[in-house]
Amino acid sequence: MIVKRPVLKWWERLYLPVVEDGLLTTFRHLFKKKVTVQYPEERWVPPEGFRGAPVLLTGLDGREKCTSCKLCMFICPPQAIRIVAGETEHPIEKYPQEFYIDYGLCIFCGYCQEVCPCEAIWLKHEFELADFDRTNLIFGKDKLLQMGRQEPYLKGKEKPLKKG
Amino acid sequence: MQNEKPSHLKELVETREFELNMGPQHPATHGVYRAILTLDGERIQKLNSVVGYLHRGIEKWAEYRTWQQATPIFDRLDYLSAVINCHGYVGAVEKLLQVEIPKKAEYMRVICDELQRIASHLLWFGTHALDIGAMSVLFYGVREREAIIDLFEAHFGQRLLYNAYPIGGVRLDFPKGWIQACRKFLNTFNSRIDEYEALLTENRIWKQRTIGVGVISKEDAIAYGLSGPTLRGSGVYFDVRKSIPYSAYPDFDFEIPLGKNGDVYDRYLCRIREMRQSVRIINQALDGMPEGELKGKVPKIIRSPQGEVYFTVEGSKGQLGFYIVSDGKDKPFRVHIKSPSFINLQGLDVMSKNQLIADMVAIIGSIDIVLGEVDR
Repeated sequence: MIVKRPVLKWWERLYLPVVEDGLLTTFRHLFKKKVTVQYPEERWVPPEGFRGAPVLLTGLDGREKCTSCKLCMFICPPQAIRIVAGETEHPIEKYPQEFYIDYGLCIFCGYCQEVCPCEAIWLKHEFELADFDRTNLIFGKDKLLQMGRQEPYLKGKEKPLKKG
Repeated sequence: MQNEKPSHLKELVETREFELNMGPQHPATHGVYRAILTLDGERIQKLNSVVGYLHRGIEKWAEYRTWQQATPIFDRLDYLSAVINCHGYVGAVEKLLQVEIPKKAEYMRVICDELQRIASHLLWFGTHALDIGAMSVLFYGVREREAIIDLFEAHFGQRLLYNAYPIGGVRLDFPKGWIQACRKFLNTFNSRIDEYEALLTENRIWKQRTIGVGVISKEDAIAYGLSGPTLRGSGVYFDVRKSIPYSAYPDFDFEIPLGKNGDVYDRYLCRIREMRQSVRIINQALDGMPEGELKGKVPKIIRSPQGEVYFTVEGSKGQLGFYIVSDGKDKPFRVHIKSPSFINLQGLDVMSKNQLIADMVAIIGSIDIVLGEVDR
């Protein structure tokens, strides 16, 4: 298929009709519905499958679900997760002594959520993570667990995940 | 020749060539690209491209990651068409592993690829027009692109770099109501293009800026290895979707728009027509979507066989190829990317010969380079 070149009629060759056409299109759009979201005032709701900040989830018994198997640490492409494992008296035996996620490195690919066998890490809808200092972007275990508890739609749900 | 001096002046007036740097911080180069122009008056005699300002070592980076881990980095090649890049890499690995991909997954991939092609062309449409001087087109182009990004966000969960496909198929089925939303977008899209074309295609000013500018002949285009709309604008029938069919493309009925003269205007027309063809493909894919599995049989920890593989897809800029060498471990031994923008950039020297400096922005805009892909 060879594209056709439109041939201009004599009145189209004049300068004014062209300008008029363009102005008319712009003018018509003045009265159409606006598509811009006035961001800080107007909030935007992410769709259900949105991948935002990864957080740690708490089980129904109030303990963190993570057993520090370190699968998320190994799969993470930019290597943004660091886990130090510890032992407990609990029958699960292992728990994360330290758990860091560097949001400065995280690319929100969702691999950690995908590999986690305990469904302990989950990408919530939070996306406003900017900071003036890079060190503030490294989130520790306490903060991650706290962020996980804040999710209202996760409360009382044993399995909130859609797995790929 | 216009730029030759009259003979009686040649002995009297001494002239010399002038070197001018365009970029690396020039808004019309669409990134950090530098062109050293050798000028004779206002006409360009020679163009030297200087690339590498955005080099991130993606090919090397991939060698230190497992097969799955390396997937998201290829989104960052041509960040305006991340889905197609992902398809290229994932397809190459699947070819290496000889995985059978379910029909439904292939159809879903085609739908997302074509939507991404439209999105990429829309942004090109806006910025190319902005370079030449038509301001309002950018707003319209970005508005339509936003609708596509919203669709992708609901499906993939991200807005720009999607990490779209896992090796072996697709991650999730389309969410509830997605197909209706997609159809709604497609129904309005063709009339929207008509509206935007009314601004440019028959515009006298637009035609004066683009017709006869940046001409590259058929032979030159092939010799320089160009691909995509830049090649098809010169009238060469080559599209990976037709010539080296992959995925589910043989199932669909669509045409490849070709230009004739190989100037900026032809490349513009080709891309506009391509968007309409993409709409046709998506409509057919949505109609004929089969039921079935989403993912083929791929082990969780991939250990690939030894060997080499080359897989190409038709990216939004041209032929995007992945050449992978595997030494039988869980990581690629070497990943080479044949990126269309980098190779299309070679043709710029030929296109800009004897053109005015003012037309440079039109020519660079017409080959639609993304510097993330040029420098890798």
